[in-house]
Amino acid sequence: MPKKTLSPTEVYKYLPKTNCKECGEENCMAFAAKLVNREVTLDKCPPILTEKYKNEYKALWEMLKPPVKGVTIGSGSNIVKIGGKLVMYRHELTYHNPTAIAIDVSDDMPEEEIVKRVKEAESFSYTYIGQNLKLDLIAVRSVLNDPNIFKATVKKVSSITNLPLILCSLDPNVMEAGLIEVSSKKPLIYAATKENWKEMAELSLMYKCPLTVFSPNDLKTLKSLTKTLLAYGVEDLVLDPGTFWNGLADTLNNFTMLRRAACKEEDELLGFPLIGVPAIVWMEPSEFPEVTAWKEACLASMLITRYADALIMHSLDGWVLLPLTILRQNLYTDPRKPVAVETGIKVFGNPTEESPVLLTTNFALTYYTVASDIEASKIDCYLLVVDTEGLSVESAVAGRKLTAEKVAESIKGSGIENKVKHKTIIIPGRASRLSGEIEELTGWKVLVGPMDSSGISKFLQEKWVKA
Amino acid sequence: MNKKNKEKEDFSDFGFDIIKLLSEFQEIELENVEIKVKELEFLLQPFISRIPLPKIEAPQKVKPKEILEEEFHPPIMKYPGEIVEVKIGATKSEGGSRGKTVTIGGEKAPAFYLFESPPPNPPVISIDVFDMKIPLAKAVKMHVEDVLEDPAAWAKKAVEKWGAEVINLHLVSIDPLLKDTKPSEAAKTVEDVLQAVDVPLAVGGCGDPEKDLKVFEKVAEVAEGENILFNSVTLNMDIKKVAEAIKKHNHCVIAFTAMNMDDARELNRKLYEFLPKNKIVIDTTTAALGYGLDYAFTVMERTRLAALMGDAELQHPISSGTTNAWAAREAWMTMDPKWGPKELRGPIWETVSALTLLLAGVDYFMMMHPAAVKTVKEVIKKLTVKEEAEKIYNWIASLKR
Repeated sequence: MPKKTLSPTEVYKYLPKTNCKECGEENCMAFAAKLVNREVTLDKCPPILTEKYKNEYKALWEMLKPPVKGVTIGSGSNIVKIGGKLVMYRHELTYHNPTAIAIDVSDDMPEEEIVKRVKEAESFSYTYIGQNLKLDLIAVRSVLNDPNIFKATVKKVSSITNLPLILCSLDPNVMEAGLIEVSSKKPLIYAATKENWKEMAELSLMYKCPLTVFSPNDLKTLKSLTKTLLAYGVEDLVLDPGTFWNGLADTLNNFTMLRRAACKEEDELLGFPLIGVPAIVWMEPSEFPEVTAWKEACLASMLITRYADALIMHSLDGWVLLPLTILRQNLYTDPRKPVAVETGIKVFGNPTEESPVLLTTNFALTYYTVASDIEASKIDCYLLVVDTEGLSVESAVAGRKLTAEKVAESIKGSGIENKVKHKTIIIPGRASRLSGEIEELTGWKVLVGPMDSSGISKFLQEKWVKA
Repeated sequence: MNKKNKEKEDFSDFGFDIIKLLSEFQEIELENVEIKVKELEFLLQPFISRIPLPKIEAPQKVKPKEILEEEFHPPIMKYPGEIVEVKIGATKSEGGSRGKTVTIGGEKAPAFYLFESPPPNPPVISIDVFDMKIPLAKAVKMHVEDVLEDPAAWAKKAVEKWGAEVINLHLVSIDPLLKDTKPSEAAKTVEDVLQAVDVPLAVGGCGDPEKDLKVFEKVAEVAEGENILFNSVTLNMDIKKVAEAIKKHNHCVIAFTAMNMDDARELNRKLYEFLPKNKIVIDTTTAALGYGLDYAFTVMERTRLAALMGDAELQHPISSGTTNAWAAREAWMTMDPKWGPKELRGPIWETVSALTLLLAGVDYFMMMHPAAVKTVKEVIKKLTVKEEAEKIYNWIASLKR
């Protein structure tokens, strides 16, 4: 049965039904509902973990396990989990474990270049909707195919970064030389193929590291290999069906078929995370590096949309990685929850005690639209962000989430009264019907602003007169 | 063999054009773009060098000695529904004056599920043209500066230079808060553009439901038979009047709703009273990457899947105002140099927004930047014309930098 159609009642059957509240819920049924929505994990129920409920635990674990296995790369606190997908489409529930992005280095690069690339990857950071967007992994490639050189490169990389690693070589001897250096850090082995699978499987078992299966554009062999490797005893697999720019149709087709086979047909041989390699565009680069980087960005963005759980990238350009990390953030937000921003006072430019005070809601899209309009017109002002439970102005007014009481609370709680001398607040045009009540309740004068925040600048020019 | 060479040509043309589009107007900021010295290629033969490695005993298990062969069957599903085909434009023999028409829709499977059913009509790229000078991001403006106040010349440039398959003319000047252009004058602009190009036309209003209605009625009459795609009809318009004008003069329409599938169904139901299904395209709203693209993506993806699963009120081609990507400040703002010049950031923003929605099921893109248009066209071609996958088996050792 597809996981998304699990009902709380089915799950409830296997719970202790004692309503002991140890999980923090009122009763077992409430806990079951949260389990089905993946809002809690099974280990939050202490009784089910005891010997008495061993069989029930096993049944529940089977019911709740994702059709795409979660695979962890790294060890200790430096880990990244990939896969663990419960659904094919994000609206069916939500996507877990955002696509991990690796940046490559290779053993033929001069040491300073390796250090520079690793440091750049590690220091990549962009603040977006209050979140810090980062890169996740370093992929070390063996180009020279020499175990000693690879070993030295892996050692170097491991000494300068805490990011988990992917070791890339199809030669088991080279791979083992690298693994010896970092096996305790549990890197991802890239990759087992139809030629080297036995040796790579041995390495994966011996060093207890996850293993990638690489079978470019040949899903029959890919599936045969996963079956073989599972029989061999390797459990943590990652699948690479090949990434092609010339052959883009096959790339998307293969990723889509694999994910559907896992999620809709529950094919356990294919229920593993998928890895894409947009870096392949650098096999035949254009004379202009921007053109190659551009293609890499396109390929990566389509793979983020089409089910890649990890990507290996070569470009480190900000204009390539910024849209990708934002796209990833966007697609991995929980579609069930409206995105909300922090409430309170936001400061724009250098406001004085005579600057205007504007009001908006904490729905992220509303907030960022307003914020970007204010920033674009370089206005010095305060923006009071009211908690509307993540609803836009129009919905919040209609749904009584933005009320005169809420506004009064917000004015008091935010401390805006200590920041400005005047007592005038500008409310969104779409909240105009609240103006009378707000004035009555707060003693502040209300100016009804424009219907759309793009009109703020013009509005202030025309209407903002200091008292 | 010939095919290989051909591919190579396409490949380099593509790159060349992009760089030209990004740089031919010398405003591009090149400070942090360096052409790297061609790196040494390492052609060293791998030499054998084995160090004794400590072997740890692996867990005991009966291990397979050979690959266990397994079949792979494409996971094909059946869909009870399909998307209606909508034709835009009309040739002489069809009662219009276009040199060609375009047809969108007709899908029988989700977007580019090629293993099930390739799209019968590749998605179409239209380019936005405005009837007055409007504020544009610098990276866009530099390509259209010479035609900003001449919609006919702008349209011509968009078709001839950038390969617009449809011209998407926005009559923004009719806005009562802007120039309040009269319907007859607006219709004159439409005629000028029809004269200047022979591709089909989409005509957009200003968003004021009353004014748009008056202008659409006039344009529909003046451009009788051209099968113009009117952009758009909304729930707050006098749907009866606008739909009757579109029907009477033989045009088609975009039904626009704000990221709400129930609204989309309701608007379609109202339109069905006047128009056949194959005259309606739907637009469920496009938000920029970073500014709600996830909502736009999911509404479109759900709409398309629902349509294929048999929801008859949603079985229409989807249009996207992809130009909205430029609303993202990361697309137009000057940022710290580490984020690259906005001349690259802007068009890649539009491109990534478009490619994401392409995979949600968009059939009709309204776009702006020539490099974004070029890239999305190239990607659509790659997804619809059979192309042999390149050899990447040795990618680990073959990346050039």
